[in-house]
Amino acid sequence: MAGNHTVWIVLQHRDGQLHRGSREAIAAGQRLAAAIGGAAEAVLLGLGTSSLAESAAAFDLARVRHADHPHFTHYTPGGYVGALAPALRAESPAFVVLPHTYQTVDFAASLAQASGAGWLPEVTGIESGEGGLTLRRPILGGKLEAQLRVRGEGPMVVSVQSGAFSADTATAGSAPIEPFPFAAEAATPDREILGVEAVAGEKLDLTKAEIIVAAGRGVGGADRMGPLRELAAALGAEIAASRPVIDNGWLPRDRQIGSSGQTVAPRLYLAAGISGAIQHTVGMKGSQVVVAINKDPGAPIFNLARYGIVGDLHDILPALTKAVREAKGG
Amino acid sequence: MRIAVCVKQVPDTEARLRVARDGKWIEEEDLPFVLNESDEYALEEALAITEKVGGEVVVFSLGPERVKEGLRKALALGAARAVHLNDPVLAGGDAVVTGRALAAAIARESFDLVLTGSQSDDLGWGGTGSVIAGVLGWPSAWLVMGVTLEEDGRHARVTREMESGMNEVFRLALPAVLQVQAGLNHPRYPNLKGIMAAKKKPIDELGAADLGLAAAAAGSSGSRLELVSVAFPSSGGGAEMLEGDAETVARSLIEKLQREARVL
Repeated sequence: MAGNHTVWIVLQHRDGQLHRGSREAIAAGQRLAAAIGGAAEAVLLGLGTSSLAESAAAFDLARVRHADHPHFTHYTPGGYVGALAPALRAESPAFVVLPHTYQTVDFAASLAQASGAGWLPEVTGIESGEGGLTLRRPILGGKLEAQLRVRGEGPMVVSVQSGAFSADTATAGSAPIEPFPFAAEAATPDREILGVEAVAGEKLDLTKAEIIVAAGRGVGGADRMGPLRELAAALGAEIAASRPVIDNGWLPRDRQIGSSGQTVAPRLYLAAGISGAIQHTVGMKGSQVVVAINKDPGAPIFNLARYGIVGDLHDILPALTKAVREAKGG
Repeated sequence: MRIAVCVKQVPDTEARLRVARDGKWIEEEDLPFVLNESDEYALEEALAITEKVGGEVVVFSLGPERVKEGLRKALALGAARAVHLNDPVLAGGDAVVTGRALAAAIARESFDLVLTGSQSDDLGWGGTGSVIAGVLGWPSAWLVMGVTLEEDGRHARVTREMESGMNEVFRLALPAVLQVQAGLNHPRYPNLKGIMAAKKKPIDELGAADLGLAAAAAGSSGSRLELVSVAFPSSGGGAEMLEGDAETVARSLIEKLQREARVL
């Protein structure tokens, strides 16, 4: 069945729920199938997950295939790749769509390698025009976007970026549920799961903050936080940061905003020295008003800011503190 | 314990980028290149492990001549040797062909562990390490935030980052490929002694033929992906840019936040 036009969507779930990204992956998979004139179908690996297969079957899919087995009690790359790769080789769908998550990227490239497939992560757009099908993704920390074309033989495993394809655009339908063929002895877990723990120090709740002043790598050091702290004090704001600031130990980890930190939506989010990589912006793009201060006029943070200032934050922040104090005093 | 560390040289994240004339990549002339951030954490973890339990670190990188600068830095930090996959035939590949080339180079020696960063700061395929693991038939993990070797020397206890501030803890069998997340340790800086010592450490060069890779299956020829174009993202509405000296923009911003956006 080489060169067929089928699109697989591999669903992610946890604690008896479909991951929100799974519905976005269904929306993207349906779009891809329409673009290549094929049909989309879903694959679900789990244990006691029949109700999840049923919720997936309420979408417009050719079928939902379900493997219900103790090897999928916990997600492991050995279990997932061992189950999916042989069927992927045998059926050779054009695409395998996954939500772009900390779980899927853990096994997706191994799956591609084991199935003679390619690997294209973080897709944010699907375009089909005269030049054929192209897929869009951010590169270089989101500073640029690339358009890529798929070539050669075999499936392409893609992950779709969170928020890029709205779950609301997934078309409803009624799909048959069938068993997914796999060999249990080939799909054995390669990890002994010991548990899940909260990242140490995660105590502070920033989600209630009305105003957040956030620093990025551009702040330059733990000893250079003064202007940020003063502005936060003048505004009555909480201080937060993007990942590099936390990794460098300039602020504690409970002040991190983004995919591995907290998700906030304050009235005002002032981003100083933050370039705006997607790992950060997923945690703050719901803010009512974003102000961006950055030395680089090409920084992607300006794309989602309402007001932007190009300049050195060490000049701008003290001036802002002064202006806030004047405004409050007068 | 012998540990292979795969590093990539990437454009400095602070650098201003320009799109190249053909619109397919960025202008690399005069662009500063540095070691990829999460790869530096991988190297630090490898050095810390071998300092504790003995052994040596060999650093691998695929790329053009400039990559030697990054390899020298890794040697200055404490790696014993470097292997440079320096061949135009291997250049321009996607994660799968690049991972296969690195795996072929690693398989020429015997290692207990391969460490690399979770994602490169340029193309960010985030899967090269998983491909290496697949080729070698070893388990792998992405976004590793902690590694503890067990006393039997054949297993590792791994902490892996999940979403929403949670970590997953599990055991896996060695040899394995661990793709580490930035932030799991505090990378050291090179010192003068290390820099001097690095000058005497060997950098072996390998090409596609040494790795038994056919040109058609390597680099850009073997890649399943073709870069059609790169561009700055269209600013969806974009910010209203405030201009002037610091004092002027500050006053203007506060006024707009009060009167226009009404958030102050």
